[in-house]
Amino acid sequence: MKLAVQVNEGPYQHQASDSAYHFTKAALEKGHEVFRVFFYHDGVLNGTRLTTPPQDDRNIVNRWVELAEKYDLDLVLCVAAAQRRGLVDEGEAQRNGKDATNIAPKFRISGLGQLIEAAIQSDRLVVFGD
Amino acid sequence: MADLHTVNKSPFEKNSLETAIRYSMAGSSILLLEDGVYGATKGTAMEGMVKDAMGDKKVYALRSDLMARAIKEDRVIDGVEIVDYAGFVDLVEANDKVQAWL
Repeated sequence: MKLAVQVNEGPYQHQASDSAYHFTKAALEKGHEVFRVFFYHDGVLNGTRLTTPPQDDRNIVNRWVELAEKYDLDLVLCVAAAQRRGLVDEGEAQRNGKDATNIAPKFRISGLGQLIEAAIQSDRLVVFGD
Repeated sequence: MADLHTVNKSPFEKNSLETAIRYSMAGSSILLLEDGVYGATKGTAMEGMVKDAMGDKKVYALRSDLMARAIKEDRVIDGVEIVDYAGFVDLVEANDKVQAWL
């Protein structure tokens, strides 16, 4: 089965990212394909590499990165949501004249069309949020 | 026509469980996760509603979210099936669509 996952909430504030991560990991371990994980609204905050939680807490950002490295996942941040919340990659930094980037490896910034495409291309879309 | 409905809020906080039960068709599955698992506990004002729903729908609760809230299996309404994340994936596969009642 081909799956698309949508995450609408930021890490550490809401359980959505934890639930989405465990669901995605379980699906991959069962041999399913995850076409894309799309981070929308505050969900884009899952994609900043500057996150530094206490050492005895889970690192939600790195956990996504490691899963993406292992399974070559496509982790996409919504561009409009990312701009509002200061999530920046090289392209966005140049386009908007910013002096730094903060996007985590394996994440990319793209448009809402990527969510629609994921929903069309996948057998199921599973949404996590409020 | 079998769909999976996910509910992630306590029925004492939000009416999403009630809405999911009302709008889901016979043969549907309802998965309680996150704070939604409070809807699976015995002896609450919501127990009757959940038991009625189980007349023509299946109700599931996510094990790790029950455990995180110290809801032991003997406090879960009889007939509610407890699943882990692999079971969640199986439910997604077994149903035609997934509707999150956010």
